[in-house]
Amino acid sequence: MKKENIIFSNLYGKHDESIKGAIKRGDWKDISKILKLEKQDIINKIKDSGLRGRGGAGFSTGMKWDFMPKISGRQHYLVINADEGEPGTCKDRDIIRNEPHKLIEGCLISGYAIGADKCYIYIRGEFYNEAKILQTAIDDAYSKGFLGKDILGLKINFDIFIHYGSGAYVCGEETALIESLEGKKGQPRLKPPFPANVGLYGKPTTVNNVETIAVVPTILRRGAEWFSNLGRKNNTGSKIFCISGQVNKPCNVEEELGVPLKYLIQKYAGDVIGGWDNLLAIIPGGSSVPLLPKSECENVLMDFDSLKNAGSGLGTGGIIVMNKQTDIISAIARLSEFYKHESCGQCTPCREGTGWLMRVMKRLENNECTFEEVEMLEEVTHQIEGHTICALGDAAAWPIQGLLKHFKKDILKRIQKKNVA
Amino acid sequence: MSTSNFKIIADETTQPSKFNFNNENLAKAKKILKMYPNNFKESSIMPLLSMAQSQNDGWLPKKAIEYVSNFIEVPEIKVLEIATFYSMYNLSPVGKFHIEICTTTPCMLRGSDSMLNLCKKKFGLKVGEQTKDGQFSLGQVECLGACVNAPVVKINENYYEDLDSESLNKLLDNITMNKKIRIGPQSKRKGSEPIK
Repeated sequence: MKKENIIFSNLYGKHDESIKGAIKRGDWKDISKILKLEKQDIINKIKDSGLRGRGGAGFSTGMKWDFMPKISGRQHYLVINADEGEPGTCKDRDIIRNEPHKLIEGCLISGYAIGADKCYIYIRGEFYNEAKILQTAIDDAYSKGFLGKDILGLKINFDIFIHYGSGAYVCGEETALIESLEGKKGQPRLKPPFPANVGLYGKPTTVNNVETIAVVPTILRRGAEWFSNLGRKNNTGSKIFCISGQVNKPCNVEEELGVPLKYLIQKYAGDVIGGWDNLLAIIPGGSSVPLLPKSECENVLMDFDSLKNAGSGLGTGGIIVMNKQTDIISAIARLSEFYKHESCGQCTPCREGTGWLMRVMKRLENNECTFEEVEMLEEVTHQIEGHTICALGDAAAWPIQGLLKHFKKDILKRIQKKNVA
Repeated sequence: MSTSNFKIIADETTQPSKFNFNNENLAKAKKILKMYPNNFKESSIMPLLSMAQSQNDGWLPKKAIEYVSNFIEVPEIKVLEIATFYSMYNLSPVGKFHIEICTTTPCMLRGSDSMLNLCKKKFGLKVGEQTKDGQFSLGQVECLGACVNAPVVKINENYYEDLDSESLNKLLDNITMNKKIRIGPQSKRKGSEPIK
């Protein structure tokens, strides 16, 4: 991607992240001009840009904002989801610690557009140092008059508060996050009603991911058309990809959506350890999406629709690379352990199912399974999938479904070998 | 992952007889209450518990839970419920240096199991235990969200990244000897950029 199109120019923290450095890089420029736009105008511009949520689901951001009641007379809230915990994903952390002003400016603009004058940033408790940097940035924005009462004489009020999470992956789900913010256990709510009508404290609320909000100011400054010209149709803009696992140079990198997966890994991450031909499989969008075997990785493009067509998903853009030295069964079994640990316990299929999946995956890892159990494993994933309030049940099922779809032959061979011996 | 022993409420002999916020935290607590609407005091349970935990050397005694519930006038069970649901609250004592090792798949692929074994061996600990002198305790945690810098170990509130056996060993030695240590990546890079 062309250097001038990069949004997060300080992704790696090589420059000054303070308000002085941020202003020098163009943040907060002409902010009063943006805030003089009509609210609907901002929403329409974001719609035109084609921005889709960067937190995993990929829903149109402009449309989400449009769901907020226009004249409600009620308090509106903007809530930022900084509870980043999807295995393979570490992009929001970089935005918070190195580009905090992009996020804060985005909060102000988005909050204004949806009629909210209060914003909570729900950050995971482990990001203690990152949140301290963010708090300093918020304090600086207050002292410059970018936050608070009657901002820049435009009669706009806006306050931002940081709320620390305390170690619950499920709070990344928007209604669980709202519950948690209200001081309850992070257990997702049944929808409808949707947060846009009944959200935080029963008031209209929009929950957006950090990366989504942090790109908003740049879109408005450079134009919706500029953003929609990046990437591919219906998958516009750029995105931060996190390349982890068995590559020579694991890293975060911003690229246009629709970039080929192979290019991404070879150009930025120094290729797979042992070379491209040593690749076994890749989980392309954070642990919750099904893996892709090497054959699929050759030509697949990194965007929402391409990956969906390939039987996986873009999710959060967390790319986990596994080479041929990996025991893929134990890699996926470890994820099953993760989901078992993180299930909130509300819905029976997930609470019981994730534990069951974990135990059978452990058996599979130790080669204690029978052929019938492999069939049963697949069946149980389908009984969990779609039968829970939130997507954690699906997320627990999909990695195993991906494993069975592409590596069933190897699994069966392993069992057969044991039977013969 | 086995359930951490730090989530089990400590026995009576370990429980302190009282808990109060110190003056500094009392002032902070009043500020926290103002962040949320007046009629939704429950919202401050989490930040108050976190503060209580850090004031009490990294764990929450029963008295702290009682104190927080009185402080914001909500039933004690609501506070206890939060303290048990969220994994970062410890209900029994942890070491002065609480080592938490991420072992989820991205870290596992980069050798987190040997990081865990190194710590077990070095301190003679199992997951969920602390050394007799109270200096170190060992926990195994789920994804810490720094996957491109795997393997990652969190000690108290700081992350140590890009580890291998050698650098982790050195890091732990330096902690033991009270030497200054570098927070963040233990490799040549600053953050998440590709190593040159």
